[in-house]
Amino acid sequence: MPSITKPLATHPTAQRNQLGLTIRDYEGSMSTLCAGCGHDSITAAIVRALWEQSTPPHRIAKLSGIGCSSKTPTYFVNGAHGFNSAHGRMPAIAAGAIAANCDLTYIGVSGDGDSLSIGLGQLSHAIRRNLKMVYVIENNGVYGLTKGQFSASADLGSKSKRGEANRMAPIDPVRLGLSLGATFVARSFSGDKEQLVPILRAALSHRGFALIDVISPCVTFNDHNGSTKSYLHTRRYSRQLVESDFVPHADEIVADITSAGTTAVKMHDGSTVMFRSVPADYDPTDRAKVSAYLDQHQKDGQILTGLLYIDGESPDVHEMNRTSATPLRELDYSKLCPGSAALDALQEDYR
Amino acid sequence: MHYIAPSRVNDFAFKLANVNGTGSASANGLVMQAIFRMGIPVCGKNLFPSNIQGLPTWYEIRVNKQGYAARAPEYDLMVAMNGQTYKRDIKEVRSGGYLMYDSSWPLDPDLLRDDIHYIGIPLAEMCTAQFGEPRERILMKNIAYAGALCAALDIDMDVVNALLDEKYSAKKALRDSNSKALQLGYQFAKQNFDCPLPFRLEKMDANSDKILIDGNTAAALGCVYAGATVAAWYPITPATSVMDAFKAFCEKYRKDPETGDNNYLILQAEDELAAIGMVIGASWNGARCFTSTAGPGISLMSELLGLAYYAEIPAVVIDVQRVGPSTGMPTRTQQADLLTCAYASHGDTKHILLFPANPNECFHMAIQAFDLAEQFQTPVLMLSDLDIGMNDWVVDRLRFNESYQPNRGRVLDSEALKKIPKFQRYNNEDENFVAARTLPGVDSKGSYFVRGSGHNKFGGYTEIPEEYQEVMDRLLKKHSASAKFVPPPVIEKREGARFGIIAIGGCDPAVKEAHDILTERGIPADYMRICGFPFPDSVEKFLEEHPFTFIVEQNRDAQLKALLTLETGIAKDKMKSLLFYSGFPLSASHVVDQILKEIA
Repeated sequence: MPSITKPLATHPTAQRNQLGLTIRDYEGSMSTLCAGCGHDSITAAIVRALWEQSTPPHRIAKLSGIGCSSKTPTYFVNGAHGFNSAHGRMPAIAAGAIAANCDLTYIGVSGDGDSLSIGLGQLSHAIRRNLKMVYVIENNGVYGLTKGQFSASADLGSKSKRGEANRMAPIDPVRLGLSLGATFVARSFSGDKEQLVPILRAALSHRGFALIDVISPCVTFNDHNGSTKSYLHTRRYSRQLVESDFVPHADEIVADITSAGTTAVKMHDGSTVMFRSVPADYDPTDRAKVSAYLDQHQKDGQILTGLLYIDGESPDVHEMNRTSATPLRELDYSKLCPGSAALDALQEDYR
Repeated sequence: MHYIAPSRVNDFAFKLANVNGTGSASANGLVMQAIFRMGIPVCGKNLFPSNIQGLPTWYEIRVNKQGYAARAPEYDLMVAMNGQTYKRDIKEVRSGGYLMYDSSWPLDPDLLRDDIHYIGIPLAEMCTAQFGEPRERILMKNIAYAGALCAALDIDMDVVNALLDEKYSAKKALRDSNSKALQLGYQFAKQNFDCPLPFRLEKMDANSDKILIDGNTAAALGCVYAGATVAAWYPITPATSVMDAFKAFCEKYRKDPETGDNNYLILQAEDELAAIGMVIGASWNGARCFTSTAGPGISLMSELLGLAYYAEIPAVVIDVQRVGPSTGMPTRTQQADLLTCAYASHGDTKHILLFPANPNECFHMAIQAFDLAEQFQTPVLMLSDLDIGMNDWVVDRLRFNESYQPNRGRVLDSEALKKIPKFQRYNNEDENFVAARTLPGVDSKGSYFVRGSGHNKFGGYTEIPEEYQEVMDRLLKKHSASAKFVPPPVIEKREGARFGIIAIGGCDPAVKEAHDILTERGIPADYMRICGFPFPDSVEKFLEEHPFTFIVEQNRDAQLKALLTLETGIAKDKMKSLLFYSGFPLSASHVVDQILKEIA
C-alpha cells in the first residue's frame, strides 16, 4: 500500500520471502483514500501477511464489493487478479470463483455498508457455505463515499459528524459470524498491525471462511468526539482478549503448549495458531463459550479483539459437496462430456 | 370453427380434469407415453395450478397423425375426475363428444347436455372394493381411468403393460396394483360401452427417430454436454426442473469413476442476485457455469448482468419464462421477458438472446449459449418458456457431434502472455471486437482488475470521457458482430405469399399449423421464426421483402415487434401484432382466426 510513489529499484538488502520476493512485490497501486484512513493500515497488514506467507502473487484472487474498503484490493498485490464487483455482491462472486477453482488464495475485502446492509444476506450465506477465503470487513460505522450516513454497524448512541445520535441497534459481524456457524472469527483494529498480521496469516491458513472484523476509523466522517469508531475511542476501549501467534508449518513450535493459559490449534495446512493469555473461562475453540463470554463482556462498551473463535474441522464448500480435488475449471472437456454413445443410450429412457 | 380432419383415426384430442396432488400425473403420463410408443404423433400439455394439493389441474392430449403439435382447439373427450370443475369441463366438450366421469356418484342433472355422450365408470366404488389403503384407492382410481381410456381409445394394452413393467420392475406389489386397477377400468368400459369410440388410435411408425422429452431436461442435458461444471440457482417455477435434471445427469455422468468425487458443483443460492453473481465469479475464474431462472429471477439478476456485460465476463442464463408481471401466474406460459432480457440492467446494455422453440433446440442452444458467452465474453440468455420447459414434447432424437469442442473464446495462457510485451485487458480486439482475457491463477503478467466502474481499454479506472466512450462503442460493435453467430431464423416460403408471419419460440407449432391451414385455404404466406438476438441480417431482409407481416408472440405489449422496431430499420406500421397472453399455449385456430380477421 504505497501512499507515496516509491522508486522502482529494490534495495539490495531488502528482505526476501521463501519465493525470493520482497514486500514491495506484494504492493499495489497508490491509495486514493484519505490520508490517515484506517483502511490503508489494513492494506499494509494484508501486504505483510501475504508476503510472510510466501503466497505466489498470481495465485491470489482479490475480491471486493463497492465502497471505500472495496477500493483497497487495487492497493495490494499488483500481480494478483482482482474483481471489484457490485455493492454487497462480492460473496456470491467469490462463491462462484471458489467453486471453479479450489486452489487459489481468495481474499475478500468489504466494509460495514457492503457487508452488513446491502450484502448482509450474501455474507450470511457465504459464512454458511464455509467458502475457503479470508473475508475482511473494514468496519468504520459510516458511509464514506456518500459522505457520512450511519452504517449498520454504528453503535447505539454513537454520534454522526453533525451531532445526530444513532438510534438503531448495531449489527456486530463477530456475533453474526458466531451465530451463523463461521469457522474462524476475529476482531482487530487497523491501528494494531502486530495483532492483525498474525490473525491474517492464520486466516490464510484456515480451511474455510475466515471472518475478520477490523475496526478501521474513518478520518473524514467518523473520527470525532461522540463516535464509537474513532481512533481515540477504539484505542481507549479495545482490549485484546486473546493473543494469538501464527506458527507456519515449517517452523518448530518452541513454546510450551501445555502451560497455563496457552492453547495450540493445529491448522489444516499443518501450521499452528498459538493462543496466549487466554482468560480462564474462555476457550477459542468452543463456540458457545465464546458467544457467552462476548455477551457478558461487551455490555460495558469494551471492544474485545483477537482471534476469537476457530474451528478447523468443519468441512468447507468443496468437502461438503465432495468436489473433485482437481479444480473444476481444469478438468478436461473429454472428462466432462459423456459422448454421443451415452446420449443415444440415455434417450431410450425418453421413449 | 375447428380444424380437425374428418378422419377420426389418430386425429382427436382429449382432456383430463383432475385434482392437483392426487397422483393423476403418472396416469396421464402413462397414457401419453403409450400413445407415443404406438408410433403416433402426440402432444401433451399440463395445465396446472400454482399449488401443491387441492386445486384443479388439467392435462390435455392431442393426437395428430400429420404431426401437428400445437394445442387442440377443442376436445372430443373429457375425462372429468374433478367434481369442483364439472361445470366448465362438461361445457368444453365439443358437440357430439364424450364425457367420461366417475359414476360412483350421480351427475347433477343440471350439468347434463343432450348433445354429448356420457361414459360413467364407477371408479371410486371399484377401487374402494379392491384396494385397502385410502391413499392407494385414490392413486389407483387414476390408473383405472387410464384402463378405461385404453378401451375407449384402443390404446395397445401390450404397450401399456410393457410401460408398467419398466416403471415398476423393482416394485412388484405396485406393479400388481397397477395391473389390477388398469383391468378394472378396461373391463368395465369394454363391458358397458361401445368401445372403441368413433375416434381412436391405430399404430403408426412416426416416432422411431423421436423422443418424448421436456425442454428443461433437454436444456440441462445441453449444459452437461457443453461441459458446464458449476451451476448456481435459486428454486423457481417453472425453471426448477432444469437444475433437478442437471443434478441427476451429473450424478450419472460426472462422478469420477476412481475417486467417486464430483466433477461438478451445484450451488443453491440464497436468491437470484447471488445465483448470477456465482455464475459470473465462476466464469471469471474459467469454469463453464450457468443459472436457470424465470422472470422474477431475471428482474433480480439484471443488476449483475450489467456488470458481466460491462466487465465482459461470460454468463449463461436459462430463462424459462412464465406469466408476469410480478409474481404473475407461475404455472402459466408467456413470452414476456423479451425486452427485459434484451436490455437487462441500467445503463446502455445489450445481451445475446437465444430462442429455442422445442426441447430439441433447448439442448442444442444450451450448448451454443456457452460457446457464444465465451466467444463474446458476455451474458447469453436462452429464453425458453413453461410450455417448452415443462411439457413433454415429441421431438427428433438429440444428436451430438462427437467432434464438438467447446469454443472457449480468446483466453491467453502463460505461453501466449510471454509473446506479448504487455497484457491490456480490453485492447487489441479481434474482428468481432473481442479482446483477449486471462484467467486468475495463471500468470502475474495477465493480472488485471475487473471492475464495473468506468474503465479504459487497458482495464484501468477512468472517468475520462473519450476513454469511457471508446470502450462503450466497442461493446456495441461487439454485440452487433454476434448477430452473425446466433442461430439464423428458420424461414419457410410459400408460392404466391402475400405477407409474412413472424413468430418466436414456443409459438412455433401453432404458427406452423396455421401456416399450412392458410395455404390450404388459398392464403399463402411466408413464415419466419426468429431464433436469436441481435437479429441476423436475414431478419430485416424478410421484413423488407413483405408488404406487411404478422408478428405472433405471447405477451401483451408486442415485445418482439418493439425489439424489431428498435433494432431494424423497418417501419412500425409494416408489422401487425397478433398477441396471446392468457397464459395457455397457442392453438392454430387462434392464429388463423386472427389473421383472417385482419386481412378481411
